[in-house]
Parts: sequence; C-alpha cells; structure tokens
Amino acid sequence: MPKITYIEGKEPHKLERRLIFRNVDRKGWNASLKKYVSEGGYESLAKSLQMAPEEVTQEVKDSGLRGRGGAGFPTGVKWGFIPPGNQKPVYLICNCDESEPGTFKDRYIVHQDPHQLIEGMVISCFAVGAKLAYIYIREEFPEAAEIVETAIKEAKKAGFLGKNICGSDFSCEFYVHRGAGAYICGEETGLIESLEGKRPYPRIKPPYFPAAMGLYMCPTIVNNVETLCHVKHIIEMGGKAYADIGTPRNTGTRILCVSGDVRKPGYYEIEVGKMTMGELLHGVCGGPLEGRTFKAVIPGGSSAKILRCSDTYNVSSPPGSEKREITFDDIPLDFDTMAACGSMAGSGGVIVMDDSRRMSWVLNNINEFYAHESCGQCTPCREGSTWMKKITDRLVAGKATPADLDTLESVAYQIDGRTICAFGEACSWPVEGMIDKFRDELLADTAEDHAAFSPNPEQKAQRRYLKEAGAPAGSS
Amino acid sequence: MAQTILTDQVSSNETSGTKHHPPFKVDKTIDKEANARIRQYPAEQKRSAVLPLLHIVQSKFGYISSDAIEWVATKLELEPIKVAEVVTFYPGLRQHAPGKYHIRICRTLSCAMGGSYELMDKICELAGIDRSQTSHHNPVAVSPCGTWSVEFAECLASCGTAPVCLVNNDFHEDLPAEKASELLESYK
Repeated sequence: MPKITYIEGKEPHKLERRLIFRNVDRKGWNASLKKYVSEGGYESLAKSLQMAPEEVTQEVKDSGLRGRGGAGFPTGVKWGFIPPGNQKPVYLICNCDESEPGTFKDRYIVHQDPHQLIEGMVISCFAVGAKLAYIYIREEFPEAAEIVETAIKEAKKAGFLGKNICGSDFSCEFYVHRGAGAYICGEETGLIESLEGKRPYPRIKPPYFPAAMGLYMCPTIVNNVETLCHVKHIIEMGGKAYADIGTPRNTGTRILCVSGDVRKPGYYEIEVGKMTMGELLHGVCGGPLEGRTFKAVIPGGSSAKILRCSDTYNVSSPPGSEKREITFDDIPLDFDTMAACGSMAGSGGVIVMDDSRRMSWVLNNINEFYAHESCGQCTPCREGSTWMKKITDRLVAGKATPADLDTLESVAYQIDGRTICAFGEACSWPVEGMIDKFRDELLADTAEDHAAFSPNPEQKAQRRYLKEAGAPAGSS
Repeated sequence: MAQTILTDQVSSNETSGTKHHPPFKVDKTIDKEANARIRQYPAEQKRSAVLPLLHIVQSKFGYISSDAIEWVATKLELEPIKVAEVVTFYPGLRQHAPGKYHIRICRTLSCAMGGSYELMDKICELAGIDRSQTSHHNPVAVSPCGTWSVEFAECLASCGTAPVCLVNNDFHEDLPAEKASELLESYK
C-alpha cells in the first residue's frame, strides 16, 4: 500500500464537487476490492451489462463528456469513429502516461482508487466491443503498476473482469503495460507504437486515426484515466443527468492540479465552468505567498500559452452571450472560455507564478523539457525545440541579443503546425505565448549587464548547470 | 562494419556502481516471468513485450547490457537492433550501472520553482557526486563509492508537492534541500 500518496482525512474544499476524487484521501478508504464493493462499486458495471452496447455509447454521447487528457475531444464521438461493420478485434487503451508538466491527477486515481478506473474501463470495453485492454502506465509510477495489477487480479477473481463478466456473455482481459520515461508516449499514436514494441514515433493522421487503424492496425480507443472514470459515473446517474453538472458544452466535473506560487497547491475537483480563476487561486488555493502578488498563470499544463494576471480578456461569458471584457480573476474555468482567452484548459495543470519569477528563466525551464522530450521524428520539432532551448540558455546566461528574441519567435512559428503530432504545438505555444505577453521583460534580459541579476536562488543554480554543460556564448 | 556499430551502440561501460548489481544471467524465474509477460499480447505480436522484458532485466540487473539485449531479441524472435533502438530511445532505460540507490530528481517547472536544483546540489555535495561529465545521452552520475547515483528527471507528475524525487522505486515528495541528508540517511 502506498504510504506517501495518502493525506488521510484531508477534507475537500467546500467549493469542490467531488465525483472522481470522492475517495481520494478519504478517512477509512483503501484501494481494496472489498472496500470498493462495500460502497456500491461495480454496480454501474452490472447496470451497463443489462443495456445494449450502443445504449451505453449513447449515454456517454448524451453526457457531453470531453476527454480529460488535454485535447478535450468529445468521448462518445471518439467511440463512434470505429468503422461500422468492423470485423477486426477492437482494443481499448487507458492512457496513464500522465506527464504533461503541471498535471498530477491520474496519479491519485491509480494509487488510491484503481477499481474505479477498472470499472469505467470494463464499461467502456463493453460499449466499444473490446475484449482486450491495456493500461499504459508511465515508468515513473512503479507502485501504481503494482497496485493496478493487484486490482486486476482481485476484479478477475470476483467476476468483474475475465470470462463472462457478472454472469453475462461479455468477456474481457486487462493488462498493465509500463512505459519507460518518454513524454511522447502520452500522444495516442506514439503510445500505440510504444505498445507495439517500437520507438514511440507518432503516426500521421489521416490515415492513422486509432479508432480505425490503431494497435496492430485494428480499431483502438485511447482514453485518459480520468475520462474512463467519468464513464462509470455517467452510467450510474444517466447521461442527461450528468450533463446537468457543469455548463452546456462543458459538462461534468474536472480535476484541476494547482502548483507553483500559491499557499495551498494541490488537486481540486470542480464543476466545469462553475468556478472562476479568482475563486480558485484566491479562495480555494489561499492566494499568493506572503508579500507576493500573482504575475502569470499557465492554465492547462506547460504546453498551454501563459496568461498575464493583470490583463483583461474579451470573451463571451457565459458562452453564447455577447462578448465583454472580463478580468483575469473572472475567467470561468471551462474548455471554451480558456480557448477564447488565447490559451487552453488542456490537462488541468494550473502552474502559478508570482512577481518573484523572471519569465526568461521560466521559459528556459519549459524549453529544456521539450528539447529533451522531442522524439526526433520531424525536423522542425527536433531541430527547433533544441534551438529554442539554446536561445533561452543564452537569455538566462545574460548572453542573448535582442535579435535572438526575433529568431526565437520565428523558430516557434515555424514548428507550430508543421509536425506529425501535436508536440510541435506543445513546444512552440509556450514560446509564442511568452513572447506575446512578456516581450519587454525578455528584452530587458538581453541587456549585457543583466548577467549579474539573479532574483531567484534556483535561477542561479540553473545558470551554473548551464555553464558546466558548456552553454554557447553568444552565437547560434 | 554493421556488427561493430551495433556493438558500439549496446556496450556498457563499467561504473563505480557496477559492483552493486549482479551480472546478467537468465535463470528459470526470470524466464518464467518473461514468458508470462509475452502472453499478455496476441501470439503474433510478441514484439510488444520488448518494454516489459527490458523492465525485468533492468529491475534485476540495474541496467541493460548487450547480453541482455541479445537475450530479449532471441526471446521475441527479433533482430537485436530492434531491441537496441528501443533501449537507446527511452530515458527510463539505462545502459550503464547506476549506484545502489539511483535518485531521480524532477527538474521541471513546478519542482524547479520549489527548489529541485538546490536539492540536486545538496545531494551531490553529500554523496560526493561530480555531475560535470553528464550530458543528454549520459545523464547519470555515480558517486565514487558506487552507493549513490543521480539524474534529473522530467516531470514526475506530483507538481503540487514539489520538489519530488524517486529513489529506486520509492517516491519522495515535499523534499527541499534541507531534507537531503535525512533522505540519504534513511537508505544507509
């Protein structure tokens, strides 16, 4: 049993609405099947097996559920892409490669409530006709892999998985497949290549939409951990009732992961669109640290474009209404408004920076991540991500010229939209967003005398590493 | 020529950590474990078991040697290069011996803001590790005694409790540099 991922008895905030995280940190809760069943677990599975598979899919469509992994694509629609009259085996893959910086929700589901995931997956397998499913767990969750494998064994023994599930004629097998530390495996086609035992180079879409040509060239549904857990609740309460939670087009609850410069970082499950950025950061998360003010927020994982806390945004809020100016604090936390603000709700990873942070350092840290994680298949991304990092290395070292910023921006826009998978956007958006919002500050860091300026101790430390690594001095 | 390139790609240099890991040798238990993993995939899709088999090797022997690559290839009826290309791609797979305790510290944004670079500094200071020779393709630095090794990891997905690290398979969170010596002590 995990010791460290439990904060037993930690009460949810009163503004939260917990569905998926109902059991996380709950006093007296544990990950066993016995506990799960004693509180009504696997009843939704039994209910779904009384329905026709198409009816289950219809409930998911009615619920308006949008994928919680990052892209926010409607789950029921994705399931509907399996070609009609398909004769090949269908596979379901649970994407537990949680690795978008700033995101840490799936970790708690798989460590603390694995049966919720398994129940959601069996229902989903039944709906799409999959008899074999894989749970792709990132290598950095070794404990989770053991917990989920134990849960699979328990579920099989109790008849919730395996042959003739709950006495029906539906049978299904689950296996855990562990990754090996590559961010690109979170991209669904990269994940499939990885599961096939190859380098995880993403496949081009079209034609390789997983629902038609996925694992072993068979129809494959890839869904995020949180998404699959929602399916269980949709069947439990009915698709239409689920759609009443949240706001139209942005239904249900979602887990937001807040990290960085706030008093109370952590995970908070909210009704989509029913809470504003100000309520989240000042109310739920306790506001900025002593003597600090909020400067900028990355709202949906590190690939989302950064938002300035001092800005106003011209959006339709609520959606469909006439456009109006709202402050940063009034931005409702939903998929559509976040997109209208020029960023994205992404994977729900909210990274907060206060006025002690210098943006050149922040951007350099992000660039290092993407330069490290580019799979190297497409030239613009492979060369561009490392080039962008080299430029911000110089910026942090006080060796960049103002022209470097133009180069940086130009490189970003030449990656964006020119790669096989969305990693191109993931690595270029942070740069585009940062230059758009903080150009003056970055320009100030290009001045020669700025090399001595070091507001953060960690910036100093990082600069030293750059020196050790032989960071280039002034040339590209 | 082709053979030489492959040999260069897969050879493992000895490190001070080598003595803490048993040399690669397949026994019945390992073979049985490997067969069970292979059965997780459709019979004609054995190649899917590359990562699971490599994980078995790394967890038992600390790193993946050329002998191990050959063994996995034979087991899955693949050319060794098909296994080698996987080993060389993934940051989670190692070709050289780490220390007895391998520490992976998250360096991505939230952890860096929380002080993970200072944590790295402190651990290196306490364990006598010199990171100056590390690079993208050789990210691990081992202490002279071979007990410790360190590596920066990209986002370990626990940003709310930054800074965090993994010591072998144990996860540690909320770990500012001041707690570094306590962490190392707990493994002595």
